[in-house]
Amino acid sequence: MLSSYFGSGSIVTQDGSPSFEAAVSQSVSLLVDSGKVKANYVDEVLESLKVLGPYFVIAPGLALAHAKPSDSVIQPGMALLKLSKPVASGSANDPVSLIFSMCSPNANDHLEMLGEFAELMSTENVMNSLLNASAQSVIAEILFKRRFN
Amino acid sequence: MLIYAVCGAGIGTSVLLKSNAERALALLGIEAEVRAVSIEEARGTNKMAQVVLATPELLDQLAGIPAEVIAINNIFDLAELGEKLKATLS
Repeated sequence: MLSSYFGSGSIVTQDGSPSFEAAVSQSVSLLVDSGKVKANYVDEVLESLKVLGPYFVIAPGLALAHAKPSDSVIQPGMALLKLSKPVASGSANDPVSLIFSMCSPNANDHLEMLGEFAELMSTENVMNSLLNASAQSVIAEILFKRRFN
Repeated sequence: MLIYAVCGAGIGTSVLLKSNAERALALLGIEAEVRAVSIEEARGTNKMAQVVLATPELLDQLAGIPAEVIAINNIFDLAELGEKLKATLS
């Protein structure tokens, strides 16, 4: 179940963010807060963003921030920062308002989580419903109960 | 046929890309093995795939590899994946 990978408080909605980098940092920090990763993981993701560019902006308006498996990862997890005012990342998929983050301690433990995530996000109307949602409870309903218009 | 789904770390974007490429290939009725790999693995492998899928930002880093490289803008758009795979494979 996708819900089992999100810690409590791991879906946050807010008005905006000073920059894409700040938004990524905040989203990954939610993984720190829920005990999925150690604080170092935030730096690892920001370093990856610096070196490789915004390649993890993988769909219009959506980023999936992550870094390689490392000692900083405690268990597979996901988090989401949703901005009402999207930010620019430099990707063709700009502007970005859904900043997901994820982590895995190795190359296997998160495959079920991402398989489910890919399947859900490819379902018609899910992306639009998420992009239009502003309440944390509405987003949780879409992600965990597949209730959307 | 072997297809690589590539991302920087080989565990996030590439896994999503693999998952949806398999779905798109099934819809097209094309049989292929899709493997999620990191950029280093894609560049350093002896067994090169025929086709490599990646997000546009990584194309520069994949320049020169002996495979057909396809940029996917929206990983969750099965229609885009299907059309690009079909155009390359047929």
